[in-house]
Amino acid sequence: MGRIMTVTQTLLSVQNVTKAFPLPHGLIQRLRQVPPQAVHALNGVSLDVMRGETLGIVGESGCGKSTLARCLVRLHECDTGRVVFGDTDIASLNGPARRAFNAKVQMIFQDPYSSLNPRMKVRQILTEALSVHQMRPSAEIPARIAELLDLVRLPQDAAEKYPHEFSGGQRQRIGIARALSVEPEVLVADELVSALDVSVQAQVVNLLLQLQEQLHLTVVFVAHDLRLVRHISHRVAVMYLGKVVEIGPTEALFSAPRHPYTQALLAAAPELDPTRRTRRVAAKGELPSPVNLPQGCLFNTRCPQAFERCFKERPVLSAEGAHLSACHLPG
Amino acid sequence: MSRLNLPRPLVLGGILIGASVLLAVFPQLFAPYDPVAMDYNALLKAPSWAHPMGTDNFGRDVLSRVIHAYTIDMQIAFFGTVFSFVFGIIIGAVVGYAGGAADTVFGRIVDAVITFPFLVLVIAIVSVLGPGLVNMYIALAVVGWVFYARIIAAEVKVQKRLDYADAGRAMGYTPLRIIFRHLLPNAITPAIVYVVTDMALAILLGSSLGYLGLGAQPPAAEWGVQIADGKNFMTTGWWISVFPGVAIVLTGLGFSLIGDGLAEVLRTRK
Repeated sequence: MGRIMTVTQTLLSVQNVTKAFPLPHGLIQRLRQVPPQAVHALNGVSLDVMRGETLGIVGESGCGKSTLARCLVRLHECDTGRVVFGDTDIASLNGPARRAFNAKVQMIFQDPYSSLNPRMKVRQILTEALSVHQMRPSAEIPARIAELLDLVRLPQDAAEKYPHEFSGGQRQRIGIARALSVEPEVLVADELVSALDVSVQAQVVNLLLQLQEQLHLTVVFVAHDLRLVRHISHRVAVMYLGKVVEIGPTEALFSAPRHPYTQALLAAAPELDPTRRTRRVAAKGELPSPVNLPQGCLFNTRCPQAFERCFKERPVLSAEGAHLSACHLPG
Repeated sequence: MSRLNLPRPLVLGGILIGASVLLAVFPQLFAPYDPVAMDYNALLKAPSWAHPMGTDNFGRDVLSRVIHAYTIDMQIAFFGTVFSFVFGIIIGAVVGYAGGAADTVFGRIVDAVITFPFLVLVIAIVSVLGPGLVNMYIALAVVGWVFYARIIAAEVKVQKRLDYADAGRAMGYTPLRIIFRHLLPNAITPAIVYVVTDMALAILLGSSLGYLGLGAQPPAAEWGVQIADGKNFMTTGWWISVFPGVAIVLTGLGFSLIGDGLAEVLRTRK
């Protein structure tokens, strides 16, 4: 398991990005001089996405992985830090340049039921994307739609149907076709299959893998299913409370996790093979509130190995080759 | 055939309003007399074969006047709502999408308008502008758009959080395209149901203003004007006011039934 990549060229670079969502600050709170609060979704995320790779991003719900995905396609603006595509900061893009960026970095959404406009036929959905981005002269649009439907293995008569006439898996294929219509270099898939039946998940994931090879796509695959991420990713980033705590090649990360959180996460995942079951210590307690972040290391409230320094100083990703971990523990 | 399985209110309302539209467009085909022709030999005649709804104090045939009034009153139903509808959904969609300060300002405007009784506000505006149908339409649009905007803004606020709106943003579509091509078609259903019932209200309001002398002006045939004409003859010539009143009830009922039926059809279609 785990795929291996050799060529490396950074395509999308996330540099120390933070994002907080302010909580409502009402009149009474203002009068009582309660300071405004915010949900700190991202707390200094840095990672590079290499051209042609699949980067898996895993973590518990609430760890900020969806927020990160949305920052990558600029559905959210970063508070501080920046996302660099090629060699431009995406926050600086406007007008036609921004639209061109949108075409290059596309997103596939989690919920197959709300991600398609229920009042538009598949043909209309695809035609709109093709014509707004002027991908084809209008005479060639029908042929291109036929191509796209073939690409995602949908029958040709799908074009004249409305989204509610399809199953969840088929709807995700339509979402993929829409994203591919503008010929992107990067696909950001946010929980692509978590809303689907297990039997359908494999089909959609395998379709994504084939499309990646065929079209030389770079994929950012956000998910909470560790086995799925292990199956399709070249590299994996583990997120906790809005920070990347560990990032590395899939096999290295799964076989020799460095960060106590990664170890706990892997220990919590069910293992089918009893001989491979290990007794790693699971994380205790609950995810702390992202409104009031812990001092020092964000994981110190749940870490079985936390010591004095962990409560004072927030660790940064420290490097050993390609496999990085943000932890004060030696080794 | 399941295609003919329309809800009964829609069918009934459709028949009533279909007939009303027919009368409104071709009144001269159905009216036996000229609506403003006076006959001094037939003043205040009770309903008879010659005058099925009687005659008024000028000897005008009440049936012909009721039929010709369809032209004005159906116009009131249309022009009294269409401007509110169009402005309301445009403003509502933009405000609902923009949110923030625009939404706050809009919320206070809504509060200010709904504080006043609707009729009082319309009468106040018509009094300033002067009586007449056009000024009445203006007054109805000035006040009425708020209700449509409120309905649409609430719907758009729900729709804009769905993933298909984000997909549009991620595609680089302009806010205008997202609002009007994607969100509005999904948000407009309650406003369409409301506009039909609002047509019934517009007719009632138009007749009320006609009765008060602020809407259609005599000698025009308009139900509210006719009811006002007959109010001095209630004991001797009840038919002058009662038949226009019946026309108001039937037309209002027709629009309300269509509104109910539409709500049912549009709800089950999803």
